[in-house]
Amino acid sequence: MKGTIMKIRFLLLALAAAAVTPAFAATESAAAKWANECGSCHVAYPAKFLPAASWTKIMSGLDKHFGSDASLDPATNKLIAGYLAANAGSGKHGESPSTLRISDTRWFQREHSEEMDPGIFKSPLVKSVANCGACHTAAAKGDYSERSIRIPGQGNRRHDD
Amino acid sequence: MKTSRILLVLALVAATSAQAAPADFLKEFETQARAESAAFKGFSAERGSQFYRAKHGAEWSCSSCHTDNPAAPGKHAKTDKEIKPMAPAVNPERFNDAAKVEKWFKRNCGDVLNRACTAQEKGDFLTYVLSVRK
Repeated sequence: MKGTIMKIRFLLLALAAAAVTPAFAATESAAAKWANECGSCHVAYPAKFLPAASWTKIMSGLDKHFGSDASLDPATNKLIAGYLAANAGSGKHGESPSTLRISDTRWFQREHSEEMDPGIFKSPLVKSVANCGACHTAAAKGDYSERSIRIPGQGNRRHDD
Repeated sequence: MKTSRILLVLALVAATSAQAAPADFLKEFETQARAESAAFKGFSAERGSQFYRAKHGAEWSCSSCHTDNPAAPGKHAKTDKEIKPMAPAVNPERFNDAAKVEKWFKRNCGDVLNRACTAQEKGDFLTYVLSVRK
């Protein structure tokens, strides 16, 4: 008898735990979904690279996503759109709300204008400005720091400072 | 009562993450293809191979990203991002998840053919990639 009550108590506890975890699980799985889904055709560009308004537009037009069909089922779309809006860029990364293309933003252009050969994005080793990982060797991990930059064909990036 | 509820929840969780096998999709495409055409005569790896390599009025073929050999790693034609091999013989992650299969046929048929694929085309495609060993 006592054993049965213990079992029921345990089950109730398990149920309570299951009821509490979804809030946690939702944030975790939104980030995981973003990484998986957005990262399947290109590097999963960090949410902070565009302002929330741009992400909202992008996520509502995934069937015509820069020339490709990148549509998601409605539940996944909603989850990722929420994640992107919650982590979207502000400050220097939030300045071009009408821009959908990260490479068109003012901060991107500024960051990629100094000491750079303008032809590098079209070089066969890079192929496209969308290919962050060609130079930002740790882009897949969300690391775009100077120290991880290796311009293909030019070796390590030189630093004057 | 509680136990049965928990079992029900567990069963639902198991059902949503259920793994499928390529043969399940072949069967499903066959049922659909019979419904689409009374003249259905089965799938063909040869037709699938031609379909895989052909451009269908737009810029890309399947092979534009997945390369000429479905058992080899591919590269996204635009972004250069690596794509894992298409052939289940070398990549068991292929054709084992219904939502994934539906998602990618919708996207890629749209990009390559500018329309949805027929069940005949999907079945020929799958028969072909299943026939590729390495």
